[in-house]
Amino acid sequence: MIDLTLPLSETSVRDLHVGDPVALHGVMVTGRDAAHKWLVETFVKRTRAAQGDDAQAIDGLRPLLAGGAIYHCGPVVAGLDTRAYRFVAAGPTTSTREEPYQAEVLQHFGVRAVIGKGGMGARTLAACQAAPAVYLHAIGGAATLIAKTVTCVLGVYKLDFGVPEAMWVIEVDAFPAVVTMDAHGQSLHAQVEARSRTALDRLLAS
Amino acid sequence: MRDLTNDLLELIRRTSTDLPADVERALVAARQAEAEGSAARGALDTILENVALARRDSSPICQDTGTPIFTVRHPSGWSTRALREQIRKAVAEATARAYLRPNAVDSLSGKNSGNNLGDEAFPTIHFEETEGAVLTVDLMLKGGGCENVGAQYSLPHAGLGAGRDLEGVRRAALDAVHQAQGQGCAPGVLGIAIGGDRGSSFLASKEALLRPLDDINPDAALAELEARLLGEANELGIGPMGFGGQTTVLGVKARSLHRLPASFFVSVSYMCWAHRRRRMVVDGDRVRILDRSEP
Repeated sequence: MIDLTLPLSETSVRDLHVGDPVALHGVMVTGRDAAHKWLVETFVKRTRAAQGDDAQAIDGLRPLLAGGAIYHCGPVVAGLDTRAYRFVAAGPTTSTREEPYQAEVLQHFGVRAVIGKGGMGARTLAACQAAPAVYLHAIGGAATLIAKTVTCVLGVYKLDFGVPEAMWVIEVDAFPAVVTMDAHGQSLHAQVEARSRTALDRLLAS
Repeated sequence: MRDLTNDLLELIRRTSTDLPADVERALVAARQAEAEGSAARGALDTILENVALARRDSSPICQDTGTPIFTVRHPSGWSTRALREQIRKAVAEATARAYLRPNAVDSLSGKNSGNNLGDEAFPTIHFEETEGAVLTVDLMLKGGGCENVGAQYSLPHAGLGAGRDLEGVRRAALDAVHQAQGQGCAPGVLGIAIGGDRGSSFLASKEALLRPLDDINPDAALAELEARLLGEANELGIGPMGFGGQTTVLGVKARSLHRLPASFFVSVSYMCWAHRRRRMVVDGDRVRILDRSEP
C-alpha cells in the first residue's frame, strides 16, 4: 500500500504504476457530470458566460484542483438542514461519462489524480501521460466503507446542481484505491478489454 | 385498510442497507475463487467489508440508491391511490433520513427535486391485483451505473451472427457483458427477456432480477441457457470491478415473452453486485420483510 498525501507532486505521480494499491490523505473535491460540463463550458472553452456564484466558486476551486484530486462521486450527505454536513455513503460513480471533458479539466486546472470507477478512454490516458496525472479506481458500491475515510466535509460549491452533482470539498484519511491508468501510458482497462475481446471472439466462433 | 407508510419506510431502509443473503453468499464464493493478493480479491474483500459495515450502521450499501422500483400485488379492496401516496411519503422520509440519495432530476431544467419525488414514473410503482388476502411489495433499488450498461438487441443481428433463436440470444447476451466491462460494478447479475415489444421486454428483464440467485428456471431450455451463459460470461475474464478475474457475473435469469412476428428483441438488464431487493408481505396484522431468497 502506497500512502499519498494531497496535493500530489509530479514525481509522486510518475512513481505510480498500474496495479499499485494506494491510500489517499488530505483534501479532495468531488465532481461528476454537471461539474465537468460546467468547468469545461464556463472556464476552459468559455462557450457559456459565468453567472450567479460561478466566479466565486471557481476562485475557491482552482487552488484545490491544482495538483489535487477530483473524485467522481455523488454522495449521500446527512445534515443538509443544519449545514453540519456528514458523508454517509460515498462510493465512486462511472467515470466514462466524463471522457468528453476530463482531458481539458486535467490540462486546464492541473489536476493530478482522477478518482472514479470503470476507467476512462484513450483521450484521458493521453492527458494523464502529458500532465502527468493518474486514474485511481475506487471500489464501486463500497459507499459506507469509503464514507468512513471522509473525516471532514470542509465545504461545498455549486449545491444548486443538487446533492449528488455538487462539488464537495472533503478531507480524507486512508481513502483506498488502485492505480488503473498511469502516467506512463498504461491502462488496466485497455488490457482487460483486449483480453475479454479475444475470449468473446473465441466463444462466438464456436 | 391499514396505513403502510412506516412499514414501507422499513422496507426501504432494509433494502438500501442490508444486502440479501443469497447475493452475499455468491460474493463470498466469488472471493474464494480469486487468487490471493490479486486486485480482484482485494476488490471483493472491500465489497464484503462494506456490506457488513452498511448492515451494522444501517447506512446505504451504495451511495447510488438508484430508481426505487416498487411492484405491489394487492388483493381486491385496496386503494392503489392510497398505496401510491403511502409509498411516496415513505420514499421522501427515507430520503430525509439518508437511507436514499435524492435522485429525481428534472430532465429539462436539470433540477433535483431533493426528496426523490419526481413525476408519476419516479419512484416507479407497478400495481397488480391478485387472488387471496395477502399483499406483497417488492422493492428493487437499481443504480444508474448498471442501468446505463443495459442493452437491447433486435434480432437478427448480422455483426454478432445472431439469428432468431436461443443461440442468437446467447450471442447478444455475451456481447452485452463484454460491452459493460466493469462499468456496471461487476460482478453483476443479468436479467434477460426474450421477445415482447421494446417496453415490455425491458420491464420483464428487470422482473427476472427479482428471482433468487440460486433458483433454477422451471423451463428446461431457459435453465440450460442460464447455466451456459453464467459459465461463458465468466470465461470473458472481466472480473470484479473490471480488474480481470474469475467472476464477472453472479447469476443469469432469463424469461420469454410473446412477440410480434416482425420483432425479436433481446433485452439485457444488468444489476450491479449491490443487488438490493427485498419483499414485504402484509398478511392481516402481520407484516414481514423477507430476504428475496427465502421461499
